[in-house]
Amino acid sequence: MQNSKTTEAVAAGIRKRVFEHAMRNNGGYLSQACSAAEQLAFLYNEALTLGDPTLPAIPKPFGGVPSATNPEYHTGAGYNGPFEPQFDRLFIAPAHYALVAYATLIEVGRMDAKGLEMFNQDGSSVEMIGAEHSPGMEVHNGTLGIGFSTGAGLAFGRKRRGETGDVCVFMSDGEVQEGQTWEAVQAAAHHQIDNLWALMDVNDQQCDGAMDSVMEVGDIAAKFRNFGAVCVEIDAHDLDALREAKQTPHEGKPLIILARSSPTQGMEFLRRRFPRLHYVRFKSQEERAEMNISIAAELGIDPVDLTDGGH
Amino acid sequence: MVEMVSRPYASAFESYATANPDVLCLSADLTSSCEIDGFRDRHPDQFISLGMAEQNMMSFAGGLGLAGYRPFLHSFGVFLYRRPYDQLIASVAYPRRKVRLMGFLPGITTPGGMTHQSIEDVAVMRSIPNMTILETGDATEVESICEAADSIDGPVYCRVLRGSIPRLFDTPIKVGQMRELALGEDILVITSGIATEEALRARSALEKSGVSIRHLHINTIKPFGEEALLDHIGSVSKGVVVLENHVTEGGIGSLVAEIMADNGVGKKLVRLGLRDTFAHGGSRAYLMGHYGLDAAALVAGIEKLLGSKTGITEEQLTSTRIDAVHSAVKAEAL
Ligand SMILES: Cc1ncc(C[n+]2csc(CCOP(=O)(O)OP(=O)(O)O)c2C)c(N)n1
Ligand SMILES: [Mg+2]
Repeated sequence: MQNSKTTEAVAAGIRKRVFEHAMRNNGGYLSQACSAAEQLAFLYNEALTLGDPTLPAIPKPFGGVPSATNPEYHTGAGYNGPFEPQFDRLFIAPAHYALVAYATLIEVGRMDAKGLEMFNQDGSSVEMIGAEHSPGMEVHNGTLGIGFSTGAGLAFGRKRRGETGDVCVFMSDGEVQEGQTWEAVQAAAHHQIDNLWALMDVNDQQCDGAMDSVMEVGDIAAKFRNFGAVCVEIDAHDLDALREAKQTPHEGKPLIILARSSPTQGMEFLRRRFPRLHYVRFKSQEERAEMNISIAAELGIDPVDLTDGGH
Repeated sequence: MVEMVSRPYASAFESYATANPDVLCLSADLTSSCEIDGFRDRHPDQFISLGMAEQNMMSFAGGLGLAGYRPFLHSFGVFLYRRPYDQLIASVAYPRRKVRLMGFLPGITTPGGMTHQSIEDVAVMRSIPNMTILETGDATEVESICEAADSIDGPVYCRVLRGSIPRLFDTPIKVGQMRELALGEDILVITSGIATEEALRARSALEKSGVSIRHLHINTIKPFGEEALLDHIGSVSKGVVVLENHVTEGGIGSLVAEIMADNGVGKKLVRLGLRDTFAHGGSRAYLMGHYGLDAAALVAGIEKLLGSKTGITEEQLTSTRIDAVHSAVKAEAL
């Protein structure tokens, strides 16, 4: 697909869409848009080699779960293009980032804006916690910590088949608390899986708040290197740094990019909520109105029309 | 109108734990989602944050058990058995540690989809030797779940409701004792958890249509005393219908089937629940309708057993409570 927007513009569009959605729906995974907008924009707009979408721009309703009696079943991976040997594959490992991922699909022209209106609606495939039938998803990752293992297996298999496309896993830092993440890196290093790379949103946040207050994870870059990966740390909001990090040679090893992010980037008003940013909900209508005006100003857009008729 | 109680677990756990210093509160990064954020803030000495690492939490709890503590583990039900299953068996179930597994958002009460919905937990837990299983169906049962769980000499898994919960009962859980909610003579309806409220919604319509219902509410799924159940089955003429927020394989429907078969009870049984399928994300009311777990599904199950229509319409079923997914009573992060 032809890039029609700059990656900066895509990132700005992601924040705007997620903000508007959160305003209309009494909250949401807003902080993840702050921390990850550049990362997802970079993946879809530059870093990944993907073919044109194979699924309709307006998502189909939920089509049932996999079963022998549901032959029409398919995942949402078609929004990332066809499974061809030369194309890359992407997993969104922290499935609660789905809202941000859907906004990205819209910004890069892979999904219609109507897709976001279906978010978390009964009977829709555009689920709150990205399911494998949700746009842009290929596997279920709502149980955190399994994404990198699946990515490693897919990468191993693709390499064995001689496919040239890479496997990329977008990860969250909470995932490093799960033992499986380390087992995955260990296996990827042992088997020299170097058609595999991860971009991790290191926002130092998890459900309970700041990670240091919940369970310290220490120097994860050093840990990843000790487990056999090539690891670079960069500023998540610096696109040139992302570009450069992606070029890091990692022959015989998986590459893990730690994108150190701010959970309030672009919406500093949310600082008031620190360190409870995982799911932002308004405490009152006054707060909602105040947030609407302040964050819209930060984003350089008009406040969202919250009157009943407004949309 | 049914009284709605907001976050009963929060205060119930706090008063129970503070009175029992050997009770420790363990959390795996879902602290406010499991309503123990206030406890963490007020009683940091009794609260252990273990991060998003459930396998470690399970064996860690086994170790605390060795040291004479009675850890209460808090997470969504799914994360207390799917990932840490091996740890659950080796560190907790086999050695009979007094570990209390507080599993929130049972079955389809979460919009989080397959990865968040504990739809086969009862089947899994029933098959584990030494395990006790309790399930809450109203605010009073949630208020009494800590004491009930902690009375068990061994590990216990609890399906706990959270948020805004109706008060249906006025007496606490008595472990091993089912509640007799109606004593009719045609059909025995057996429910647990949120399915009980559904059965109550259908009750008056069923009465009006002339079907006499005997209704049992189960809060202790394992161990399960057969005697009382057999008496009730013996008291109805037409058969038994079970409705549960779980797959129909291995849950309460299966339990009832086993007891009936073991005792040669030649009556019909209709098992209602998720029919050999995973679910997906959506509101609770929608999922209950979609997967046939609601009052209307119960009426249909009863009609199947009777072999005739009751004539009951959806409008006649007492109105459902609609909890908005994003309502204020809901804790953060699902
Ligand atoms: C195995 C597992 N345990 C617990 C959860 C519940 N959960 C969902 S997101 C999350 C926090 C994880 O941290 P991170 O992904 O870094 O969150 P964020 O930065 O978005 O706050 C938790 C504990 C889960 N989805 N999977
Ligand atoms: Mg994080």
